[in-house]
Amino acid sequence: MPAARTIAVRQPGRVTVLSYNFNWSVIWTEPYGQWMLQGIWTTIRLGVICWFIALFLGIIIGTFRVTPFRPLRIFGAVYTEIFRDIPLLVQLFFWYFAAPSILPEPIEMWLYRGLPNSEFWIVVVGLSFYTSSRIAEHIRAGMQAIPEDQYNAALSTGFTHFQTYRYIIIPFAVRLVIPPLTAECLTVFKNTALAMTVGVLETTFMSQQIEAYTFQGIEATTAASLVYMVITLTVVFLMGLVEKRLAVPGLITRRGGQ
Amino acid sequence: MLGFDWQVIAANLSFLMQGLATTFKLALVSITGGLLLGILVGMARLSSIKAIYYPATAFVNLMRSLPLILVIFWFYFLVPVIFGRPMGDFFSACVAFVVFEAAYFAEIVRAGIQSISSGQVQAAYSTGFNYRDTMRYIVIPQALRNMVPSLLTQSVVVFQDTSLAFVIGLKEFLRSASIVDAREMRSLELYAFVGAVYFVICFTMSQMSKRLEIQRKLA
Repeated sequence: MPAARTIAVRQPGRVTVLSYNFNWSVIWTEPYGQWMLQGIWTTIRLGVICWFIALFLGIIIGTFRVTPFRPLRIFGAVYTEIFRDIPLLVQLFFWYFAAPSILPEPIEMWLYRGLPNSEFWIVVVGLSFYTSSRIAEHIRAGMQAIPEDQYNAALSTGFTHFQTYRYIIIPFAVRLVIPPLTAECLTVFKNTALAMTVGVLETTFMSQQIEAYTFQGIEATTAASLVYMVITLTVVFLMGLVEKRLAVPGLITRRGGQ
Repeated sequence: MLGFDWQVIAANLSFLMQGLATTFKLALVSITGGLLLGILVGMARLSSIKAIYYPATAFVNLMRSLPLILVIFWFYFLVPVIFGRPMGDFFSACVAFVVFEAAYFAEIVRAGIQSISSGQVQAAYSTGFNYRDTMRYIVIPQALRNMVPSLLTQSVVVFQDTSLAFVIGLKEFLRSASIVDAREMRSLELYAFVGAVYFVICFTMSQMSKRLEIQRKLA
């Protein structure tokens, strides 16, 4: 009987699926709920700090890449290529395990022993550099989209080169590239998950620690996934507000933007 | 720790190269599998049938809102439950990467298909092609050609992403280096070496992609 055979074949599969005992309470019972909240708080802090440092560095490096001054252009190009072509995890390992050993001994000792939460700040360094190289590429694209007349007009009204970039070009370019910057902001929050590999107690780390204590991996990972989805939605919402606030009058905004 | 000791690289070279081979294998599976699944999902994202469009869109948005590490953990826990027995680190890493990268490839494929003018599709239909043949012989081949630079860029990203298989203990390039490091205590040399190897490979690939892009614009 073919029908009976189908059931017989399916049986082991169904039994094993059922053999996983769901216990969703591990997400909120003591002390696991507390861990999760601490993890979320660390994720948010890490993401926000890295985002602002990376934005600042990225705008500077992106400007370097379009200046008429050649050494700055070369510096900008080397900077972007180095940070973009090495995986983030390798960079974090370099900053965490290798870089402190180049520093003078007292500073190295201070980093490992003296500074509380040193792994958090090491990830801030690594993630900010990495993200800034990606932001720089967007800023550069934005600057290249600005007509050269803007630049010349600013210079002819008596602005210095620095003032031209500071007051004319950069404000314009940043506002043009807000949509790709939104995507980049999401990437920062997603990339904070890599901090778990060097022992930062963020959301993913906490979810895996709950798994280690309770063996309820699927529940813990689901909880972490929901956290990242909520963060994603919040960032999209906030950046949408920023985009609306900063829209350049007279330029076409994205559909549904107004 | 003053003075570099590059001897540690030479002494462990064959072990490190095994790790690099695993990285390449994983990248190859992820890129091929991710692209194939991505083409299907990308087509589904353009479907006028709601039952196809909504699940595909939900899948892409879900994957793009999660960190890759989490997806790797997901499949690390799910694969044994689905298959009923442990399948090994490499297998579950492959599944995770194919599923995750498919979402990103799908968006590239969707943009590529949208870049083909609708006249092509109408011409194909009017010569008597059905949907499958139109896609198979007219749209996808042209779209793929337009997508080559973006696909290459995404492939570089996938290649870099494979380093995250570290977290489930897969002995890829980075994990091999960290195993050697645990024994030899030579972090600086080892991680600089790993970074340099990744840099050379990814830099070459991204330059190729840039050159292709310029060629395509000229053509």
